[in-house]
Amino acid sequence: MEIKTNPPFDLVVRDHGPAVLRMCSALLGPGHDAQDAWSETFLAALRAYPQLAVGANLQAWLITIAKRKAIDALRTKHPIPVESLPEQEASVDGFDDLELLESLHSLTELQRKVIGYHYLLGFPYADIPAFLGGTATSLRRAAADGIKTLRKELTNSKDLS
Amino acid sequence: MSELAMHEMNLLAQKLAERAAAEGLIDVSYRLLDSPLGQLMLASTERGMVRVAFAAEGFDAVLGVLADKVGVRILHRAAPLDDAATQLDEYFAHWRTHFDLGLDHQLSSGYRLEVQLALPKIEYGHTMSYKEMAALTGRPAAVRAVGTACATNPLPIIVPCHRVLRSDGSLGGYLGGLEAKRVLLDLEKASS
Repeated sequence: MEIKTNPPFDLVVRDHGPAVLRMCSALLGPGHDAQDAWSETFLAALRAYPQLAVGANLQAWLITIAKRKAIDALRTKHPIPVESLPEQEASVDGFDDLELLESLHSLTELQRKVIGYHYLLGFPYADIPAFLGGTATSLRRAAADGIKTLRKELTNSKDLS
Repeated sequence: MSELAMHEMNLLAQKLAERAAAEGLIDVSYRLLDSPLGQLMLASTERGMVRVAFAAEGFDAVLGVLADKVGVRILHRAAPLDDAATQLDEYFAHWRTHFDLGLDHQLSSGYRLEVQLALPKIEYGHTMSYKEMAALTGRPAAVRAVGTACATNPLPIIVPCHRVLRSDGSLGGYLGGLEAKRVLLDLEKASS
């Protein structure tokens, strides 16, 4: 059947709301900040939804908006001037965003946040101490340890499936 | 999803709907209502009630049609449908014999709309045949078209297509199933 319209927005909220909340919670910690970022994400999505191309990848679209909202939230909470803006998204070979997100929960909070800020939000390591303290070097090391754990986990889960 | 996560999700969705409504971003609000005919789905636009659906139709399928025909910005929101829900409750409790609600007829057009606009002329507890309904709308030969207009009535119960029967008194058809039609006719017979 030819798809003429995107699904009702209510269905988009039901289908993707939980994943977007998990992403916001992973990046901002569970609670108010994550909930606010979730609300801002879906409100922005609702505004733009009638103009969205029919058949668009809704999950990828929502994650892009949620990333922007998470960056806004971090900037508001940490009004330390961050020199370079995340422009290009870094990506890890072999992880797509969502798979990465779902696996983030097996990391320590620090690892999760550094990986989230760097790989999902695109902040260079040099900027992340402004949010999390520490040094660029120590954070890079935390991310590397976390990525090692993630690779192991993703390989295991692929072996299982 | 855990029960707690589900609860958090529902609260967030509810807050989203309120903010969206305040910004005028909603094309269609909907809610569910328990009734003697099973669960019903009520949907409204800014102009009024636009759809009443039976569970047998598949609520998600109906929402899909509303997205296509009315607009994709559909959210679950009970408040704008509270009045309709109350009136339907009163109707099923035999306290109400007609509905006083703003209606949005945008899902119907042409002769179907004409028939649907004429249906409330059949009073509570009364019935009319498809043939009589055709005559009432000035097109005595359009018996089949009256049948189609009743079968495609987007606002069943409120626009009383259940009061139209075959000339021999048999039930004809009904979107919500014949059993639903019988329940409605019995309900009105018992009260009038």
